[in-house]
Amino acid sequence: MMQNPDWQDQARRMVGVTPWFAAIGGEVVMARAGRAMARISWREDLIGDPQTGVIHGGVITSLLDQLCGAAVMSALNQPLPIATLDLRIDYLKPAAKGMAIVGEAECLKVTHEIAFVRGSAHNEADQEVIALCTAAFMLTRPEGRAT
Amino acid sequence: MSAAAMAQEALLNSIPYCRWMGIKVLQDGEGLVLELPFDQKLIGNTILPALHGGVIGALLETAALAQVVHELDCVELPKPVDMAIDYLRSGRALASYARARIVKRGRRTVNVHAQMWQEDETRPIASLRGHVLLRR
Repeated sequence: MMQNPDWQDQARRMVGVTPWFAAIGGEVVMARAGRAMARISWREDLIGDPQTGVIHGGVITSLLDQLCGAAVMSALNQPLPIATLDLRIDYLKPAAKGMAIVGEAECLKVTHEIAFVRGSAHNEADQEVIALCTAAFMLTRPEGRAT
Repeated sequence: MSAAAMAQEALLNSIPYCRWMGIKVLQDGEGLVLELPFDQKLIGNTILPALHGGVIGALLETAALAQVVHELDCVELPKPVDMAIDYLRSGRALASYARARIVKRGRRTVNVHAQMWQEDETRPIASLRGHVLLRR
């Protein structure tokens, strides 16, 4: 099915700016046809381990949740309310101190009720993968209409 | 406040991200409880409004790590290996709480579960199951 270009822009705006993602300095760079990219800069107040300067796992969780949601939105042909059902994260290695983190996600399947997504996060500077994720989202479609 | 709760509060205050989020430590008869007072910046969905999934993940993960440090008297913070979060209900614009328990303590890894709720602990909004690696 053809994607509506206006909807693509709307999807990016809707999922790119949430108060929490903006507060942690995150930005959805791209969301189109089921794929999304986001970026978050290293910042002092995001540190989770004061001894090493490594960013808190919760920041990675926020990045991946936002990103997977953006991928789902951009895979839909119309705006629908979505909600994270579950999110599983593997922390492959700690984020490097002082480096921005970039995430990518792909929505692999959209059914009537559920969307399935895979994502990853890496250090921007050295491209090292720091986390992988698998997520499922609930879709709320208008009642009585198959879309 | 008990010595254990004070030690936990000092630990969380030493973590910039926890301080910035506003996470506090409480204690009841069953053990440690983390509190996250509501703040506008924690919102992920402005229409409902609802807490961001990342905020929910962060509080659960912090509760899991804090419980391991508390029970096992860790000198260094354990490293998260993997975390699986189930979102059960939407998080409303209210204070949230989280409690964790160690399910299995291995020599190197610990399996830990955590639950998060708002007004009623018997109606959790999210749960976490994860593994952390002990550092020594």
